[in-house]
Amino acid sequence: MSQDRRTLLKTAAVASAVPVVGLPARARAQSTTLKIGVLNDQSGVYREISGPTSTACVRQAIVDSGIAAKGVNVEVVQADHQNKPDVGATIARQWIDRDGVDVIVDVPNSAVALAVNGIVREKNKAYFNSTGGTTELTGGQCSPNTIHWTYDTYMLAKSTGGAMVKTGGDSWFFITADYAFGHDLERNTTKFVQEAGGKVLGSVKHPLQSTDFSSYLLQAQQSRAKVIGLANAGTDTINSVKQAAEFGVTRRGTKIAVLLMFINDVHSLGLNAAQGLVCTESFYWDLNDRTRAFTKRVLPSLGGNYPAMSHAGCYASVLHYLKAVADMGAAAAKASGADAVARMKAMPTDDDCFGQGSIRADGRKLHPAFLFEVKTPAESKGPWDYYKLLQTTSAEDAWRPLSEGGCSLIRT
Amino acid sequence: MAADSITATPETSRVRGLPGLQALGFNRAQSIAFLLLLAFLAIGPFFLYPVFLMKLLCFALFACAFNLLIGYVGLLSFGHAMFFGMGGYLAAHSAKVWGFTPELAILTGGAMGALLGVISGWLAIRRQGIYFAMITLALAQMVYFLCLQMRFTGGEDGIQGVPRGRLFGVFDLSADLSMYWLVAAVFLIGFLLINRVIHSPFGQVLTAIRENEPRAISLGYRADDYKMLAFVLSATLAGVAGGTKALVFGIATLTDVYWAMSGEVVLMTLLGGLGTVFGPAVGAAVIVTMQNYLAEFGAWVTVIQGGIFVICVVAFRAGIVGEIARWLRVRL
Amino acid sequence: MIEDILFQLELGLPQVVLGLVNGAFYALLSLGLAVIFGMLNVINFAHGAQFMMGAFVAWMLLAWGGIGYWWALVLSPLIVGAFGIVIEKLLISRLYKLDHLYGLLLTFGLALIIEGVFRNQFGSSGLPYSPPESLGGPPVDLGFMFLPKYRLWVVVASLVVSLATWLVIEKTRLGAYLRAATENAALVQAFGVNVPRMVTLTYAAGVALAAFAGVLAAPIYSVNPQMGSSLIITVFAVVVIGGMGSILGSVLTGFGLGLVEGLAKVFYPEASSTVIFVIMAIVLLARPAGLFGRA
Repeated sequence: MSQDRRTLLKTAAVASAVPVVGLPARARAQSTTLKIGVLNDQSGVYREISGPTSTACVRQAIVDSGIAAKGVNVEVVQADHQNKPDVGATIARQWIDRDGVDVIVDVPNSAVALAVNGIVREKNKAYFNSTGGTTELTGGQCSPNTIHWTYDTYMLAKSTGGAMVKTGGDSWFFITADYAFGHDLERNTTKFVQEAGGKVLGSVKHPLQSTDFSSYLLQAQQSRAKVIGLANAGTDTINSVKQAAEFGVTRRGTKIAVLLMFINDVHSLGLNAAQGLVCTESFYWDLNDRTRAFTKRVLPSLGGNYPAMSHAGCYASVLHYLKAVADMGAAAAKASGADAVARMKAMPTDDDCFGQGSIRADGRKLHPAFLFEVKTPAESKGPWDYYKLLQTTSAEDAWRPLSEGGCSLIRT
Repeated sequence: MAADSITATPETSRVRGLPGLQALGFNRAQSIAFLLLLAFLAIGPFFLYPVFLMKLLCFALFACAFNLLIGYVGLLSFGHAMFFGMGGYLAAHSAKVWGFTPELAILTGGAMGALLGVISGWLAIRRQGIYFAMITLALAQMVYFLCLQMRFTGGEDGIQGVPRGRLFGVFDLSADLSMYWLVAAVFLIGFLLINRVIHSPFGQVLTAIRENEPRAISLGYRADDYKMLAFVLSATLAGVAGGTKALVFGIATLTDVYWAMSGEVVLMTLLGGLGTVFGPAVGAAVIVTMQNYLAEFGAWVTVIQGGIFVICVVAFRAGIVGEIARWLRVRL
Repeated sequence: MIEDILFQLELGLPQVVLGLVNGAFYALLSLGLAVIFGMLNVINFAHGAQFMMGAFVAWMLLAWGGIGYWWALVLSPLIVGAFGIVIEKLLISRLYKLDHLYGLLLTFGLALIIEGVFRNQFGSSGLPYSPPESLGGPPVDLGFMFLPKYRLWVVVASLVVSLATWLVIEKTRLGAYLRAATENAALVQAFGVNVPRMVTLTYAAGVALAAFAGVLAAPIYSVNPQMGSSLIITVFAVVVIGGMGSILGSVLTGFGLGLVEGLAKVFYPEASSTVIFVIMAIVLLARPAGLFGRA
């Protein structure tokens, strides 16, 4: 709320400043309104990792960009896609066709993420996906209008699978959610574990939204693997972890690697259950001075939540977009989403969340991936002090090579 | 009571309609309502967002198909999402992979609905009331499981990027307005078909079975055959609705086979008015509009939907159209 | 050959035990549904939401009032049961003269409301809740497997509560009134029994059973607003298989299906959540009234 007021005050100040400073008609002629739509889950399982926190981060990016001072007015709208692809698609179309939205940001849930991807391309707007994990966005369905910012399943598998073996976890057992997302994660991780010299001893596939995982954990224990890889998401992951703690799985030295986890999941599990888990994120609020500075700025408007990598991605992508806008002019950015994205790809990125980086031709944003271990309650010194860094995979190594993605934008 | 409704219905269908519409089985009030509906279909896309209207019409057809079962046979299916969702998958697959033209893709969706309807109807139709609801729910859960497992459905990504194609291989449907006319036509055909069925002798027997099954059987009607036919018809039209929706959005996903979708169609029908001709369409319109325009309120959408459910059941069982009809003393 | 069988046993036996633990939850939840259905003829679709409320109330008691697990086990069912009384008085009592389907639809709506409100209030990724000190600690060695003490407690608690409910309904005067009122409410009323109040209390008792299961579940399952809705459909299947309204049937089927599911998790894990529905379809075709129901 205070964020809104600050944005408001700042815009008001700028508006009133214009005649006083006497910037001539040029500034007024430039004054174009850009509209950013934050489309995500405001009510379902992804609310904490996207939801209102993403919107607040986008607003922060607008303030930090100082774009208002350049005579560009930026508005933010948000909506809940309820994890229904048709709802998401209708909102996206309506935003673009009727409300003049220029950019769509966030979009968790791969079915909705891909649906929006098609629409934005058809309408030539810009699309920065932060919370979706599917590599299709930069692969078979890559688009000149899309940037996939924060993470994808390939990077998670590479960082967690590869780096774990280096720290001694060389035999694995997978507990996998029985659908494409889980299968992909398991297959990719298996590949990196084996490349790094580890072995996979077995795997079990469970139905989506299971409640009880003790049976699978037991099968994992019976395999005597050193690492249990959880290739599932959301509530399934939380239930697996909670029950692994209950069965004392980690007490006997077995590590649990969660292939997709956000800091908000750790928070809801509590350190008692989550301690010792290993997971990959590309952002952590307490990573360095810049991430801490960002967190300090944005925290008052988050209502108690902390930013995860997904939120950081919303911030950083919008910030970079507004830099491109300042560079090419708002009217040109508004006229063609593809041009704006092309400009963004041409400029190096630099922001408080991910540091310096770049965007590849297929729309993949490149930055390092961090392997974290969750602290024990004794190690944790304050609120949300949850991670310690185990390994870093560099921006060059973390992502799927251009040649393997099959993106049609790359013709060499 | 039973005797009343058996004799009462043919009588009302004999009430004079507007010239020309009589043949469709409409009475005077229904004829006026139908003309209003036609007018809405014709001018709607020029005032409202066509994609939104198309979605509304797909759900309206789905709800009308569902109403055929609960409103005229008295069977509450809690698994209708399986026909809707599978119809969508098959239409999307046939349009995208087999290169079917849109009208064929939609028919394929309908055929899928019919096939599933035959299988699940054979299992479910022997049971009544709550047992019928439960067994349809169970079957729908199995279909959901299959959709999650099968390769061609694309798991949680769904089938994406389905082309709308060219109608009869000629008319390009990629513009929203051209697609809209196709959807409106599909809806209208489905709507009139259901209406024709309701007012046919077959429909009268269905109503008789709903009111008093033993009596209908004692009169020599093979109740199970009638119910089965109605079930398959309802499933087919649900499949058509699902298939059309898949083409409109170019996607077919798990949401449409999930059990919450089965609950949603019950809500639409109940809100509009069980057993009324126009009710389900009105109910669908209200719910879809709500989902669309309340999207920014997040989780409150579910709360509001739940609230509508409760209010409808406790105080408002005739639904919107049912209440209006009672107020105007006509059948709608 | 024998080694093979032994190996399968070694693999299977722990799963049987774990299956029983899950069965304990199915039994408790389907018991509550059966009690409500037997007396009110209402399929309580809100049962999952009330199960979730039980877990959340336990969390609130701890987080806001510092009240621990054991008190929560008593207080939470009472609080949620009181909520059940309000629901029954205000809403459900208006539907007794109507088709059963309206009860199903009403409680479905209630489930949506309850879930939505909790999601607005608490988000959806879940809240932490630890097992009590006395049941924590290292798992117990059963010889063939290690089982956390808490899981043993779940089975014991579920069995005791199920047995107690069965005794109350089958062996006490109150139970006799209840059973009589299901057969002929008017007659029982004529004997001077306050039937409407009995109905209200029965609903509250069924809801309290759900809340009790919720508190039991809080330390081992994720406490989130949708925890009930993912379970409730399975529990419906359990109730249908057992025979609607049959107390003994719901308890036995609950444990039995927990076992079957446990075994499915070893031999065909992908289908473990669907196997119950397959059984349900078969049972409905062969014995429409369920395994233990009266036709």
